[in-house]
Amino acid sequence: AEVEETLKRIQAHKGVIATIVINAEGIPIRTTLDNSTTVQYAGLLHQLTMKARSTVRDIDPQNDLTFLRIRSKKHEIMVAPDKEYLLIVIQNPCE
Amino acid sequence: MLHSIVCLKFIDDMYLSPEKFEKMSENLISGKTSLNGPKTSAKKQKGGNKAKKSSKGKRTQLGKKDEVDLSMAAIGHPEIFPLVFTTKTQEIFNCRVDEDVTEENCFKLIKKEDIIQDLKTRATISDFHPVKKVVLEYPGEELLVVFDAKFQYGQNFYFVASEEAKENLLKPPETAEEKEEEEEEEEENGEETLEVHPYKPPVHKPWISLGSEKEVEEESVKDTVTKIKYMISRVRRKFGAPITFADKNASNVKDSYVECTSYQDKTFSIKMLEKDVGIQMVPKVREASTQTKWAYPKNAATQYFPRQLSNEEKEESQSSEKLKEFLTSVHLRMEIALQQNEIMNAFFDDWKALAEDESSSGGKPDVYLKAYQSFTDLHHLRDRTISCVCWHPTIYGIIAASARKRLSYEEQVNLCDKSLLHQSVILFWSFFDPIHPQLILECPEDIYCFQFSPSDPNIIAGGCINGQVVLWDISQHEEKLQNAKTVADGVKETAVNMPSLTQVQQSSTEPPLVRYYAVSSIEYSHKKPVTDIHWLPDYFEDDRVGATSENRAEICVQLVTCSPDSSVLFWDIPATKLPEQPSSEKVKEKKVFYMPPDVPDTFKHLDLCWKPLTKDGEIVYSNWKMEIDSDLAKPVSQKHTQKYAIHTETINTLQRSPFFKDIILSIGGRNFAIWKEGVTNGPILQSSCSAGRYTAGQWSLTRPGVFFIGRDDGNIDIWDLLKKTHEISHFQNISESMITFISPWIASAKQHFLAVSDDLGVLHVLEICQTLSDPSRNESMTTLQKTKEEMEEQENADYTVFLDLEKQILMDLGLVKGEEILSSSDAWSPLPPLEPASFLFQDLFISAEHV
Repeated sequence: AEVEETLKRIQAHKGVIATIVINAEGIPIRTTLDNSTTVQYAGLLHQLTMKARSTVRDIDPQNDLTFLRIRSKKHEIMVAPDKEYLLIVIQNPCE
Repeated sequence: MLHSIVCLKFIDDMYLSPEKFEKMSENLISGKTSLNGPKTSAKKQKGGNKAKKSSKGKRTQLGKKDEVDLSMAAIGHPEIFPLVFTTKTQEIFNCRVDEDVTEENCFKLIKKEDIIQDLKTRATISDFHPVKKVVLEYPGEELLVVFDAKFQYGQNFYFVASEEAKENLLKPPETAEEKEEEEEEEEENGEETLEVHPYKPPVHKPWISLGSEKEVEEESVKDTVTKIKYMISRVRRKFGAPITFADKNASNVKDSYVECTSYQDKTFSIKMLEKDVGIQMVPKVREASTQTKWAYPKNAATQYFPRQLSNEEKEESQSSEKLKEFLTSVHLRMEIALQQNEIMNAFFDDWKALAEDESSSGGKPDVYLKAYQSFTDLHHLRDRTISCVCWHPTIYGIIAASARKRLSYEEQVNLCDKSLLHQSVILFWSFFDPIHPQLILECPEDIYCFQFSPSDPNIIAGGCINGQVVLWDISQHEEKLQNAKTVADGVKETAVNMPSLTQVQQSSTEPPLVRYYAVSSIEYSHKKPVTDIHWLPDYFEDDRVGATSENRAEICVQLVTCSPDSSVLFWDIPATKLPEQPSSEKVKEKKVFYMPPDVPDTFKHLDLCWKPLTKDGEIVYSNWKMEIDSDLAKPVSQKHTQKYAIHTETINTLQRSPFFKDIILSIGGRNFAIWKEGVTNGPILQSSCSAGRYTAGQWSLTRPGVFFIGRDDGNIDIWDLLKKTHEISHFQNISESMITFISPWIASAKQHFLAVSDDLGVLHVLEICQTLSDPSRNESMTTLQKTKEEMEEQENADYTVFLDLEKQILMDLGLVKGEEILSSSDAWSPLPPLEPASFLFQDLFISAEHV
């Protein structure tokens, strides 16, 4: 229930297109998109997050990745990583 | 025994002693007489003459001829005696022919004593008898007998009677020939002196050299150097022994060879000059290739599918604690980020936007409509006006215009009574051929309005003046329309493409005429001209009962028409493909919807405008449903109908803005109004009365705040709401006569056209300049804001105006003093009657004409 509520709150923000939660292996657990798109996003962003995290840690082993934002022409993809899961939110930032 | 010493001297010099000479002559004579054989008498004579000779001192007197001379003195060999040896003699002396003596070995030495013995024993039989005397006188011990195989001297053997001759014969016989020649010379010389001169022995005189010695010496070959004789001998035991040869280098042994070595001749020098030498360099090219063996297996393609959790796993993980913790920790970050985006756009380029705003707000850029093309056809469009213009939705550069008879205003009203004589047409024009229309659609009556079907641009529906609805299908000519460009260029090209050539021929004569393939029956059609016709959007259709259902075929199959006979008709197009022959299939009429009765009948002029809906079919659906319900109950009243009397005359254009779904522009009479759905008070913007009548108008397709209005004096007014809302921003004169229709079109990103038709039958196509066509960045937003502002302003303005008015009245009446605030609820009073209303499908605004 709490899970639901939090996710709903995030989804209700202005301009949010989709929300995806994936586990440490890149398998989607919860999503608001259709299956094929979800799977695509999950696979790609999982790899990218791993790469980004390893980059940060290579430069400074004490450091760690907290947030990843990819801004494109059409929308912005925000990834919040954690030890076991990954929260992906796609938002359209233009007013 | 004869002892004759025959001696012949080998003469080196010519000197002879007289004694010997005498003897020689005796011998010669004796030799001569013994010879009688085969010798010729001439030779005998010679011999005789020889004996007589005296010039060389060789001859003696010829006194003694009696002695038989056997010798060969006759022929110059006085010592040679030819003998015949019998076989017996040969045996005795061992000189048998071919046994002891042969031709080569012809010399035989016989002892003198043996011969004397033989003579004694055999006396006259002995062969040596004739030469007995010679033998006895022979000084030597051995006598030479020579085998004469060739019978040189007459017999097979001859006997040499002198030692010297023997010696000479044993030696090489060359000198014997010399002797012979000498003897012959002597004999010849002897012959010449055959006269009777007495023989005088020659007296030797001293040698007088006449110079021949030198010649002889010159010619003679003499050894200048004594010849070196080498005698090489070897030890006998080495004869025939094998020998091994070895090579020795000549240069190793000192002085073994002589050579001429080269040396630098100082007298001769070669100057070293600079030489120009051309060098060409060529890169070495090598071709090599290898073939490798693919040793290990490699993935050529991979197929995969993503891993997914099963449903149970998903639910399990969702309810897990870890997920909750994760979300609590993460959601804060996420919300901060989301909010940031909402607040402002961090990547917005203010600098660039500043420049754009400058250009749009400041300055006075050129705003114009550039004349692009104009089409007119004298043949078809004489005395006609263009009633409706439509762009072909898919093919670039094709525009269709419908022509109808130009009528005066009064005639227009009583249109249904007119019968038309001319053939009415819809002409298709192409940009590339401004003179000839591409296609002509034949119409039964004058067409008031027509539309391309959105789903199939080959189907065109038109509404006639007499109320009928007509359908055309131009799919046969679609290709021709698409190739309209090649047709125009086909004149220049030389028969490259046969079809295009035929097309050229076709088009040059007469554009093809297309007959309508379906027309509605008169009894079911409108009674008055069809003023507007629209295709229903393809995603829903009405059926007979009235329930709206979803059209799955995604083709437009339904039409809606309206007419001043206060009816709105829905038409159904048969879904099957069109037949080749034009048939008068009936277009089924489906539903008739009647106007509320309180609107005056006679002068109803309905303009029906469909708004192209891209989504939200549900809204339409629900609205319509409501109407249907109410219709079934009471086909009269619509509670949602609002009527507004804004326009003094016929509303000729009612159009929804292409940018905002709820903004509607209505143009009619001398003013226009902008309405917003949901605002039921009135238009949010209303223009003041203008000098001329507005006859046509359209929103701009690209800029939200711009629309075009055509007037009856041939001008086009361009309104830009962002700049000025109270007056036109630009106007341009297009033609002399009234503008009848405006239709904008976006042909490409750069080309925006505006088609304007006028009363003379000319269709002008204008190009909209960039400033008019390109929206600025936030134009839609600002326009919306502006409209909102306008609305509010308007409201406020109206409100304040009203308040002032009321106040004034009250003050005049003396009821109120000072300031009193009046509530806004009764700000609005119902507008005066005879209101025209504009008809909208969704909200059922109906505009009626009001004279």
